[in-house]
Amino acid sequence: MTDTDVVLEVRDLAKSYPVRRGVVFKREVGTVRAVDGVSLTLRRGKTLGLVGESGSGKSTLAKLLVGVEKPTRGQILVDGVDVSELGRADRRRLRSTLQMVFQDPYTSLNPRMSVGEIVGEAYAIHPDVTPPGGRDKAVRELLDRVGLNPDHVNRYPHQFSGGQRQRIGIARALAVRPRILICDEPVSALDVSIQGQVVNLLEELQDDLGLSYLFIAHDLSVVRHIADEVAVMYLGRIVEAGGDAEVYDRTSHPYTRALMSAVPVPDPTRREDRAIVLEGDMPSPSDPPSGCHFHTRCWLAPTVADPSSGETRPDGARIPSVCRHDSPKLAPQESPDHLAACHFALDAPRR
Amino acid sequence: MTDQSTPLLEVEDLAVEFATPDGVVRAVDGLSYSVTAGRTLAIVGESGSGKSVSSMAVMGLLQMPPARIVRGAIRFKGQDLLTLGPKQHRAFCGSHIAMVFQDALTALNPVHTVGWQLTEALRARRKMSRREATTRAVELLDMVKVPNAKERVKDYPHQFSGGMRQRVMIASALAMDPEVLIADEPTTALDVTVQAQIMTLLSEIQAERDMGLVLITHDMGVVANVADDVTVMYAGRAVEQASVFDVYSSAAHPYTRALLRSIPRLDRKGAGLEVIPGRPPDPTAVPSGCPFHPRCAYAEDVCRVDPPPPQHVLPYDRTAACHFAERVREEGGAVR
Repeated sequence: MTDTDVVLEVRDLAKSYPVRRGVVFKREVGTVRAVDGVSLTLRRGKTLGLVGESGSGKSTLAKLLVGVEKPTRGQILVDGVDVSELGRADRRRLRSTLQMVFQDPYTSLNPRMSVGEIVGEAYAIHPDVTPPGGRDKAVRELLDRVGLNPDHVNRYPHQFSGGQRQRIGIARALAVRPRILICDEPVSALDVSIQGQVVNLLEELQDDLGLSYLFIAHDLSVVRHIADEVAVMYLGRIVEAGGDAEVYDRTSHPYTRALMSAVPVPDPTRREDRAIVLEGDMPSPSDPPSGCHFHTRCWLAPTVADPSSGETRPDGARIPSVCRHDSPKLAPQESPDHLAACHFALDAPRR
Repeated sequence: MTDQSTPLLEVEDLAVEFATPDGVVRAVDGLSYSVTAGRTLAIVGESGSGKSVSSMAVMGLLQMPPARIVRGAIRFKGQDLLTLGPKQHRAFCGSHIAMVFQDALTALNPVHTVGWQLTEALRARRKMSRREATTRAVELLDMVKVPNAKERVKDYPHQFSGGMRQRVMIASALAMDPEVLIADEPTTALDVTVQAQIMTLLSEIQAERDMGLVLITHDMGVVANVADDVTVMYAGRAVEQASVFDVYSSAAHPYTRALLRSIPRLDRKGAGLEVIPGRPPDPTAVPSGCPFHPRCAYAEDVCRVDPPPPQHVLPYDRTAACHFAERVREEGGAVR
């Protein structure tokens, strides 16, 4: 892809961790494929929502993107440049274009540092962003920018509420003038009435500063609200991706369907709408099911199985053998930008 | 369904205070509600609204001091539990009212097997033998649909997933056959698909046993799906009490209305979320008059001075603590 609008591209990214047993003589007994061949593109000024349940690998993906973890395989391209091919100095400079906002505003701020020190710390690491004389002023401007009182620079994190702490976290991320923000569950620890304030702040900042967001969340409603494009992860793989309207209104993957069906609609007159309840828990990523990872919990597979052929699942349901043996590739749906990894994808929207 | 008119659990004008270094904090201020058999009451509020403190008071689990029950009554089938001593209060709850806590990992003891924890109460209170108790534990795990219950009773909490642990918590709450179950944010730490499983399970068990269910939550989506009645709390007070349909179709308190409008929705993409300005009040400095007035779009001078008492709103089986409740209800239409 040579699209100039693409600011961040991920190609076939994978991260696996060894599983070790034993106290003295540790031996490897297997691997956990936390991220297993993920490809994504993030466009300038847009928001890509990444949705998945705990254990789907979405936070590991965030760690790979900000360089906290090294990928086992695959490439991360920022503005078309492969991050792994850069030297130390270039990589550090690149860090300032890509910043992270963390989930928990209570543990992600150092309680012994004042707000001014927290937000200004980045200037010590990236001195070329702002000259030493202008740093105090820059910090105060940032606080004002995120809706905090600039006179509070000398206060400590415990003097702020959860929503205000998340604003401090956003100010810290903005200090080095990044163009991309990785937001890992930025509002899920906040009270309902505060979530909206932070979401609106992120949208405002995006419009004013032209930022691109990778917005990681388990809350599909928040993602629907903020994202232009959506990717859904299950056990380390992307199972569906596309524009917001395509993924939400023309859902093609049975897992996405189930996920959406599980979100309670805040309208008591529509209780009957909930159709699909997934049984069981997500399988362990150290021992994922063969073929399509979702086949063990899939509600669609039994409905499309041929009664004469096919295979029986542990719960007694007959499923097509292709689901158990072949891993489905992400394939275009009705529109070429809408991808889904399911052997029977086209059947899903009609049900 | 049993007699709808006699409530199982009745809380009347409950007020709870805490002594803190910053002065006395009133966490619950004049809360009243009732639950009947087979019905679900949702208590909704943000952190610090007093929703958890009030249920701890019902269960007799408040540490006193620093907590103090200033006034009010907590009645179970007419008997006021607050006239009992703390020990008798807890013992009474043990066999009539049970509670499911939010965080199943910290609420379970990591050094005992799940079976041991499920049967602790049975062995202590009902003097069951070990073998009887284990049989009962397996039954309980079966009831909450933990697969392979016979083997799983021997496992420790860390060997269970989050959703399974919450099932174990529910099983242990059911061990003494309670008539009222209080569930405090039972699904908050769980993924949506698991949340759906747990809420379905709770509803099934409730229907089967004709239990009264008090669901404490901040999730307006969950409330819409399971509640019959709703109590909305703000700064320790019940600001609105109504049937679930009335709350969602015509909220009569500005806070309820704003709360419903501020949640992003899966079924429609809106432009810009409506937002409640400011933040929930610091419990040590609750605003004068109506505690919601600094954040309220309807506030006038009277709101800064007079705390509004709960008043009846059309069709008169519901209340809202707002000077302009009737006007808010008419403009209502919280569901966009």
